[in-house]
Amino acid sequence: MSFLYYEDCPSYDLALERLREVMAEEGIPGEIEVVKVETEEKARELRFVGSPTIRVDGQDIDPPSDPRYALTCRAYRLADDRISPLPSKDMIRQAFRSLAKSQPG
Amino acid sequence: MANLSPGDTAVPFELPGVDDRSHALEDYAEMEAVAVVFTCNHCPYARAWEDRLVEIQADYAARGIQLVAISANDAKKYPDDSFPRMKERSEEKGFNFPYLYDESQEVARTYGAERTPEIFLFDKGGTLRYHGTVDDNYEDPAAVNVHYLREALEAVLAGREPSTAETTPVGCTIKWK
Repeated sequence: MSFLYYEDCPSYDLALERLREVMAEEGIPGEIEVVKVETEEKARELRFVGSPTIRVDGQDIDPPSDPRYALTCRAYRLADDRISPLPSKDMIRQAFRSLAKSQPG
Repeated sequence: MANLSPGDTAVPFELPGVDDRSHALEDYAEMEAVAVVFTCNHCPYARAWEDRLVEIQADYAARGIQLVAISANDAKKYPDDSFPRMKERSEEKGFNFPYLYDESQEVARTYGAERTPEIFLFDKGGTLRYHGTVDDNYEDPAAVNVHYLREALEAVLAGREPSTAETTPVGCTIKWK
C-alpha cells in the first residue's frame, strides 16, 4: 500500500497513524510506501488528488469522482456526511476488506 | 507568523462580498466585536469548520458579534475558490455573515494570515483580542474540548482578556499568487 502526502496539509501524520493502526488491527502485513509529493508536476505524474491519499494495491480507498491532480489538501466525506481532512479508520478498514473480498483465495 | 498579535490594532480594509456589495471593516465599528476569518471554499479544514462558524454567528448575533469571512486564495490555481464559486458556497451553506473576496491578497498579506481558517477577533475598540483556530477538533464538533473562539467571544463581551489569546491556526496554507 502507499501513502501520499503534501507537507502543507497539517494532519497527514495522523492519517498515517490511522493506516498503521488499521493494518495492525486487521492483521495485514506489508510495508507502507510513504511518498512526499512536493511539486505540481509530481502531483500530476502520481495522479495525486490531495493529501492524504491512501492506495491499497494501487486503488484509492475513496476514488474521487472528478479527479483533479494538484498539490492540495483532500476532503473526505464521512459516513455521517461531514467533511473531514482525514479518512476515518472505518473508511480505511472498509477498503482493505473490499479488496480482500475481491481477491481469489 | 501573523503580522498582528493580541493587543495590536485592526488594519482597515474594504472588499467586495458575495452579496455584490462592498464591505469595509469600519462598517462594523458599532459591533461589540468583529471576528475576521480568513477561509476559502476548497480547503477541507475550512469546510469542516464552516457549519460551526454559521452556528457561532447565529448564537452571538444578538449580542453584537459579527463574523466577516475573507477568501484570498489564488483562484487561477484553485478554481473552487473563485468569486462565483464563493457565491455558490455562501448560498449552499447559508452563510449568515459576509463572505469577501481578497483578490489582490493585500488584506491577507497585511494581516499576515497563513492558513484557512484563521481568525482575528477584534473588540469594539479595534484591538486584537484573539488570534488562531476555531476550536481544538476540526474533525468532530461533538469531540471538541476547548472552544477557543467562543471562549474569546465570551471574554470580550464580559470585558475580560481571553484566557487563551493566541493559538496556532490549523488548516490549509493560503494559496499565494
